Amino acid sequence: MGGKTDGNTQAVDVYLDSTLESVDSAEELVLKVAREAGFPEEELHKISMAVRETVVNAVVHGNRYSAHKKVHLSACLDQDRLLVTVADEGSGFDPDSLPDPLAEENLLHQSGRGLLLVRAFVDEFQVRKLNPTGAEVRLVKRLTHAP
Amino acid sequence: MSIQVTNRQVGDVTVVDVAGRITLGEGASALRENIRELVAKGNKKILLNLSDVSYIDSSGIGELVSAYTTVTNQGGTLKLLGLTKRVKDLLQITKLYTVFEVFESEPIAVRSFG
Repeated sequence: MGGKTDGNTQAVDVYLDSTLESVDSAEELVLKVAREAGFPEEELHKISMAVRETVVNAVVHGNRYSAHKKVHLSACLDQDRLLVTVADEGSGFDPDSLPDPLAEENLLHQSGRGLLLVRAFVDEFQVRKLNPTGAEVRLVKRLTHAP
Repeated sequence: MSIQVTNRQVGDVTVVDVAGRITLGEGASALRENIRELVAKGNKKILLNLSDVSYIDSSGIGELVSAYTTVTNQGGTLKLLGLTKRVKDLLQITKLYTVFEVFESEPIAVRSFG
């Protein structure tokens, strides 16, 4: 793992290996930022799910476990929003072109639900293709204070 | 905590107690192997007890679906017991609540197999 974390500014910017161990590392790093920001436990769980699914996609589908490719993770708090980006070095993907996991004919498929869960657990979800190669997923989770 | 999978027999129903995390990698594959072995031995009534599952991701959800189709394709029945709120939410989001029969009570679940 390379990069930096800065506890004072509640930010993370690291390059992770394309391994499943990186999924745990990414979850831990982002949760640290989210915890310090004051997200409640149930929201932390949703953030954890969204980050894990996104990093799994980057490692498995984007970088295809390549030892030569990294996953770039960044997380920071911007006022009342947690911003997380996960970038891989794969060939990119169009989320709208993927099969709908909620379609009747796909309900019993073993895979294909990761992005559905990510979208369900964050407030904003965007994918952009990187130049020359790769995909960057941007997640936003708003911090809502209890009244 | 990684996954723990334990089988016990209640009448002719095999209750599979799952504890820990069902996630991509070890957790998901341990559950898959266990279900395949049960089906290969002829167990056709399987109740998956998920009350001690603390975390499940999309791969884990995929394993539940895989377990369901593995058992069903062999003429058996697989039902779920003791879902936590988080797992229930996942089944709602993924529309799998329409696929699985889900129970809160083990005796009622066991009796439902007939």
